[in-house]
Amino acid sequence: MREEHNLRAKIRSGIDGAATGLAVLSTVLVVAPLVAIFVYLVYKGASSINLDFFIKVPKPVGESGGGMANAILGSGILLGVGSLIGIPMGIAGGIYLAEYGRGTKLANAIRFTADVLNGVPSIVMGIAAYSLVVIPMGHFSAFSGGVALGIMMIPTVCRTTEEMLLMVPNAVREAALALGVPNWLSVLAITVRTASPGIITGCMLAFARVAGETAPLIFTAFGNAFWSTNLNREIAALPLQIYVYAISPYDEWHRLAWAGALVLIVLIVMAVSLVRYVTSRGVLKGAS
Amino acid sequence: MGVGIEVTNLNAWYGTNHTLQDINLHIPANHATALIGPSGCGKSTFVRCLNRMHETNPIARVTGSVRIGDVDIYADAKPVEIRRRVGMVFQRPNPFPTMSIYDNVAAGLKLNGFRNRHALDEIVERSLKNSALWDEVKDDLKKVSGASLSGGQQQRLCIARALAVDPEVLLMDEPASALDPVSTSKIEDLIFQLKSQYTIVIVTHNMQQAARVAEKTGFFLNGRMVEFDSTHKIFTNPSDKRTEDYITGRFG
Repeated sequence: MREEHNLRAKIRSGIDGAATGLAVLSTVLVVAPLVAIFVYLVYKGASSINLDFFIKVPKPVGESGGGMANAILGSGILLGVGSLIGIPMGIAGGIYLAEYGRGTKLANAIRFTADVLNGVPSIVMGIAAYSLVVIPMGHFSAFSGGVALGIMMIPTVCRTTEEMLLMVPNAVREAALALGVPNWLSVLAITVRTASPGIITGCMLAFARVAGETAPLIFTAFGNAFWSTNLNREIAALPLQIYVYAISPYDEWHRLAWAGALVLIVLIVMAVSLVRYVTSRGVLKGAS
Repeated sequence: MGVGIEVTNLNAWYGTNHTLQDINLHIPANHATALIGPSGCGKSTFVRCLNRMHETNPIARVTGSVRIGDVDIYADAKPVEIRRRVGMVFQRPNPFPTMSIYDNVAAGLKLNGFRNRHALDEIVERSLKNSALWDEVKDDLKKVSGASLSGGQQQRLCIARALAVDPEVLLMDEPASALDPVSTSKIEDLIFQLKSQYTIVIVTHNMQQAARVAEKTGFFLNGRMVEFDSTHKIFTNPSDKRTEDYITGRFG
């Protein structure tokens, strides 16, 4: 009996070890490409990053030096406009889906549309923004690029907001209503607040995704080799600049493209971390 | 101060399910009234009709009248106004998870536009003292989330939250059923103290609990109220055979 018991225990711990090993292996396989990309970017790009990169605009072909200051600023402006459009509309849509439209035909139609929109290639979003904004305005503009990015953010923000709101227990909604809080206020001040960490994650996900988009900007923001902060004019963006430099025949520009890619990733990580830090400061001990 | 509740011909449905049928009763002011009965007999639906929470379910429907004090809550008032006068404590403790203890208690007042900080501090302290939680939480009122307390403490927090809006009636839907015996007895002590100031209606599966805290007891069965009388009478000499069968443990 005892012998047999020991054998079984050994088999069990063997299986346990194998399962743990598989889990660790999968994690490594998932993280490895990310690390590899980042290391390669640092290897290729770090040497070209200097102060000029952040404070100068691109130099004409043949001149060495220059930087991507205008593209960094442009990306910031485009993402700002995009977030101002995409985040409020996405959150409002998610609130409707989870709190008001549950089970209605309209809600199902919106949910389906959002899912389809999520799968639409980003260049199609660019064409949409081109025909909706660029053609009526008569020229390329930072604004139209922001609109393209904003539209791309909506489905992700909308669906994650919905999912996060649905995770809030009904007991929390009832607690608010039973205090005599009107439904709209209960939704905003209680349900959305309870789900806010998840909603913020969704917004950051959407933000990070569109931050690296090139295709929707090609015929909206268009790119610009000079300083511009005018929403009504063409504007530079990091991904666009990287694209232009990467397909050029010049080694100097290739190096700058690598540096640009590295800076883009670092800036995205910094922006997301900053938002996380700011929003986590108010979280209380033991809050779930 | 509490007010009495007069229920006349109350009927309630969930979809086509007729969950409450012709309920008539008078719940006295400033007393605790217990509602007992087997699961699914309609007692929870009944208390949810007293603060119009029943109708938050889209398929629910109510007819009949409920007068709380001198207000017919289905004819003369909006649900929001009723719920400010009739507090509710639920079966499972449901503090707002992202709020501090202080904000949980102050939530009802703050969300209804109450802004006087000094008064708010006093109300929060008084409510937590009334719910016998003050001494356990006074040192980290604003630092700790309501969700980090133990189950029994969370339930007393929910009672404090309900008391903070100064209701006249307190509805308690099996407030101790998810709690351990020590927490349960704390909640019962609390009901004992609170009933001098509030009209309390408590739903319970625990008949000893009903006997301990309530002056009046109603027995519900299959959506009807079988018997309503003094707690003493219900538990020692019920007039209806079904009540007797239930309290002696022959079914339910």
